[in-house]
Amino acid sequence: MIRTEQLSKYFTTRKGQQPIRAVQDLTLEVREGEVFGFLGPNGAGKTTTVRMLTSLIGPTAGRAFIGRWEVGKDDQNIRRTVGILTESPGMYERLSAERNLSIFANLYDVPDVPGQVEKYLRMLGLWNRRFDEVGSFSKGMRQKLAIARALLHEPQALFLDEPTSGLDPEAAKLVRDFIEELKSLGRTIFLCTHNLDEADRLCDRIGIFKSRLITVDTPENLRTKLYGRKVVFHLAEVNSAWLVALRALPFVQDIQSVDNRLVVSLPDPEGQNPLIIRRLVELGAEIQFVGELRHSLEDIYLQTIQGEGV
Amino acid sequence: MKHIRTIIAKEWMEVFKNKMVLFTTALMPILFTAIPLVMVKTTSGSVSAGGSNADVPALFAQMCGQMNAGDCLQIYLINQFMVLYMMMPLIIPITIAAYSIVGEKTTRSLEPLLATPVTTEELLAGKALAAAIPAIAATWICFVIFLLLLPLVGATEAVRQYVLGPTWLLGIIVVGPLMAVAAVNFAIMVSSRVNDPRVAEQMAAILIVPVLGLLFGQVAGLVVINLQLMLIVIAALVVIDIGLVYLGARLFQRETILTRWK
Repeated sequence: MIRTEQLSKYFTTRKGQQPIRAVQDLTLEVREGEVFGFLGPNGAGKTTTVRMLTSLIGPTAGRAFIGRWEVGKDDQNIRRTVGILTESPGMYERLSAERNLSIFANLYDVPDVPGQVEKYLRMLGLWNRRFDEVGSFSKGMRQKLAIARALLHEPQALFLDEPTSGLDPEAAKLVRDFIEELKSLGRTIFLCTHNLDEADRLCDRIGIFKSRLITVDTPENLRTKLYGRKVVFHLAEVNSAWLVALRALPFVQDIQSVDNRLVVSLPDPEGQNPLIIRRLVELGAEIQFVGELRHSLEDIYLQTIQGEGV
Repeated sequence: MKHIRTIIAKEWMEVFKNKMVLFTTALMPILFTAIPLVMVKTTSGSVSAGGSNADVPALFAQMCGQMNAGDCLQIYLINQFMVLYMMMPLIIPITIAAYSIVGEKTTRSLEPLLATPVTTEELLAGKALAAAIPAIAATWICFVIFLLLLPLVGATEAVRQYVLGPTWLLGIIVVGPLMAVAAVNFAIMVSSRVNDPRVAEQMAAILIVPVLGLLFGQVAGLVVINLQLMLIVIAALVVIDIGLVYLGARLFQRETILTRWK
């Protein structure tokens, strides 16, 4: 659905100065129906990438495709194909919610303007406030209205730039729930966010980006790649002989004792946990609880970014 | 055309919700209609029978020909207001046009707008027409009111005939819209290059200076706005308008506007 090949964007500042390399050689593919998280620090070039992929600005080098349309060659078709939620909602504050959406529905050549406007106002719970000026709306309501605006023309790909930025927890949850709803409807979503928990919950795959793509994979695979898989066995007490016995098992990659817990690195916990439990019981251990040690996406992100010397 | 119509409708909905803009847009046409009528009323019969045209500048007196001194004086006075009528479609749209792009920048609504399939030409045409149409309409409506009220304030038949003559009609019907096109395109051009609506408005107001030059030139007796001068002004404005429309479209760089605004 979204494909880039060595996509780059440089900004020239003053004569004689080196251009700012906002995006360098970005090559990635986002599949149809996928929610792709695009993570990176401030100034990493995420918004520039979104702007290129929505034909708002042109690339300096490389190519990008939305479906069969190429950025820079089929810009009008790309604008019809994609929807964008910009970092700031940018609504017409003096106009009503309904007017705001009608204007954009007309600009997107939506065939049934009143029908589409009603559909999305109802879907986002704004129907009863449709005649109110947007200036009187809360931040969360504006954000929802901006999402509705991005969806009016039923785009094949939706670009969301920091959709929950600056929202209170309740409003952020409303927006997140709606993104989940869109995900369940099979929309292709390109999500730029700083909220790592949000990305972890919503995204099928994640790309960590700082001017260039550092890594891309599913959140689970990123965890495994960076930390492996670790299982924690909570025991009534730990005997040092048990550590030696478990270390002797061929599939155990690493084992550590922390208080009354054994942290065991395993390549396939689903298959190997029963063997460990059996061995511990044979050794006379009292197992109280077993769980997987799960690193947060924040750990992965920080580890990756720091590994890049950012 | 649908996109242009949508942009015009959007601009009008936004602008005319602002009562201050509506007030300033309406105030000037009302004043520019009332003042010449008051002038005609106060000067009607002020020149005694058999008076001469010596009170008006010599250049203008030549234009009066065989008219009596009273008629010539009234025509001289209201001819100053023709410049104001020509200036009206230039001043009225500046506020709207100057705000058009920079306003979208400050409210951050330009990016979603540029993300739609609207072409640059459609966007600029919509913005320009939204500013120019009310100004031209206000000028024409005021001129009709002025014409209708002219006999009631004591204007003679010769004065009415002069106002309905080619110089005035060209000024109102042709020069006015050409002025509006120039003002609007210049203001939009400035608007897309600055970050503050006030700067856009101040810079766009520069356009009034040459028109004021025409007004003061006539008052000082250096020029007379007659048919010949009107045709020269029209020709010059056509060239200026073409240049400004071309330049406006060239200078409207989506990428620069999006990436360099603060």
